[in-house]
Amino acid sequence: MLTLSHLTKCFDGATALDDVSMMVAPGERVALLGHNGAGKSTLMKIVLGLIPHDGGTVEVLGARPGSGAARAGVAYLPESAAFHPALSGRETIAHYLRLRGHPAALAGALLDRVGLSDAADRRIGTYSKGMRQRVGLAQALIGRPRLMVLDEPTSGLDPVSRRGFYTILEDLAAEGAAILLSSHALTEVEARTDRMVILAQGRLMAEGSLSALRRAADLPVTVELTAVNGARAAILDAVPGGELLGNRITYRCRQDEKMGLLRRLSAQSESLEDIEMHPPSLEDLYSHFSRGAAR
Amino acid sequence: MIRVLSMAQTEFRISLRNRWVAVSVAMMAVFSIVLAAAGSAPSGTVGVDRLSVTVASLTSLGVYLVPLVALLMSFDAIAGETERGTLPLLLTYPLSRAEVLVGKLIAHLAVLALAVGAGYGLAALAIWVWDARAVAGLPALWRLTWSSVVLGAVFLGAGYALSALARRPSGAAGLAIGLWLGVIVLWDLGLLAALVADNGGWFTTDVFPVALLANPADAFRLYNLAASEAGAAAAGLAGAANAVPPGAALASLLLWPLAALGLALAAFRKVTP
Ligand SMILES: Nc1ncnc2c1ncn2[C@@H]1O[C@H](COP(=O)(O)OP(=O)(O)OP(=O)(O)O)[C@@H](O)[C@H]1O
Ligand SMILES: [Mg+2]
Repeated sequence: MLTLSHLTKCFDGATALDDVSMMVAPGERVALLGHNGAGKSTLMKIVLGLIPHDGGTVEVLGARPGSGAARAGVAYLPESAAFHPALSGRETIAHYLRLRGHPAALAGALLDRVGLSDAADRRIGTYSKGMRQRVGLAQALIGRPRLMVLDEPTSGLDPVSRRGFYTILEDLAAEGAAILLSSHALTEVEARTDRMVILAQGRLMAEGSLSALRRAADLPVTVELTAVNGARAAILDAVPGGELLGNRITYRCRQDEKMGLLRRLSAQSESLEDIEMHPPSLEDLYSHFSRGAAR
Repeated sequence: MIRVLSMAQTEFRISLRNRWVAVSVAMMAVFSIVLAAAGSAPSGTVGVDRLSVTVASLTSLGVYLVPLVALLMSFDAIAGETERGTLPLLLTYPLSRAEVLVGKLIAHLAVLALAVGAGYGLAALAIWVWDARAVAGLPALWRLTWSSVVLGAVFLGAGYALSALARRPSGAAGLAIGLWLGVIVLWDLGLLAALVADNGGWFTTDVFPVALLANPADAFRLYNLAASEAGAAAAGLAGAANAVPPGAALASLLLWPLAALGLALAAFRKVTP
């Protein structure tokens, strides 16, 4: 559906994208992650043919980005979706339907699908930010797109509509649509997409499913324990390497050292009041890969 | 075609909601009725019906108002979409930039035709109430009406071009005002000054007719006045302009919209959203 190879883009001297290669297959939901200014929106605009690229190749539905064939099969939700404030939601969606060659009467059903049926005939100027975002979603759903490019689609949506949105995406992916979305909300992306691509300063830092990224990063596990009164020194003597913080001792170790550490600690179990274990969080993973760019 | 019509319908609806339709119709109607009232006052002209006289003054009005209304409607067309952030999404839809422009043009031309039709129509009606002989002036009025719409198309195209070049509505508005002043006001003043200085020499015979034809507003005026018998009486420049054949004025008037739209499309193609 979408193939980028060695994509490079410069904005008067500053490199926004540097040798990015990736692809999105039919039925796949790919999340594009990265800090502010990492190049996510730029990548999407290139895919849509809105801005030209300087190097590498981009293939969208087997065609050139921005060509008639590509435009007919690609849906886009811009970063901050804007619409003419003087038109109602229904008029706006009806217009976009006609531009894609569909009957305008489908507008009601689309607005229903994104939960806007009550406000459909009010002017968009009176909508809240989340409501405008939903108009954006509604237009992106027109006519079974084969590739969806969604720039921060859930920004401004409340938790319930977010869940509804990902359900819609699941249905579309099940029907074979390829979906590329960017987001800053790591937890929802973790549960609701098939693959993640992490960009930092225009470079592709990591790519893969969450578990694959976990393995690749090999971040330390944190073991936190609370000692019974007066037993802190004894524990630290028996199992060195811990960090003392008040009544609590913190150990960090690699995944494969984890069981050894736990066995040694359990020998001291009379001195322990409590023990907690934290695998690396999504944020840790994300910062690990984002920091990679600085090195 | 459906896509172009949908663009036009949406754009027309926006013009209605923005009160552009109401403002331009009201403006044309008020000025035309004032001119009709002035034209229906007893005058010394004998043998010419009053509508023909009024058409001559409506021509002078149209030269100023039609380009102004056209530029006011068009300067926002592309810069406004860029500023609102609606342009990137529109350009990912399967429709070409030419279709976007043509759709907007159809809507804006419709608004202009409404305004011109209402204004001139009211003037004609008022005069006909006073003077039933006024039907003799109807062909001149019809000519004035459609040529006003053509003149409007020129300045709509020019407005789109400026809108695409400026990228921001404020900049586009400034350029539009500049264009209006330059083409409608300063051009004629400059020509008059040069005529006076030249005193019937080479400039008057060779350059001046071409300079008049090169300006769509002057071509519009020449075409309408030359075609109307009352023209000679009403036009300041008409005496010197007798050298210009009305056919050439008509050709200029019909070529300019194409040129302006071509410019607009070229400028719009350069816009990266
Ligand atoms: N039109 C432009 N002209 C110059 N530089 C630009 C332009 N558009 C983007 N950039 C630069 O390209 C880089 C990437 O921007 P981009 O908008 O793609 O970031 P992003 O990953 O979408 O960030 P965010 O999470 O804030 O949306 C930034 O450094 C930005 O300043
Ligand atoms: Mg962005």
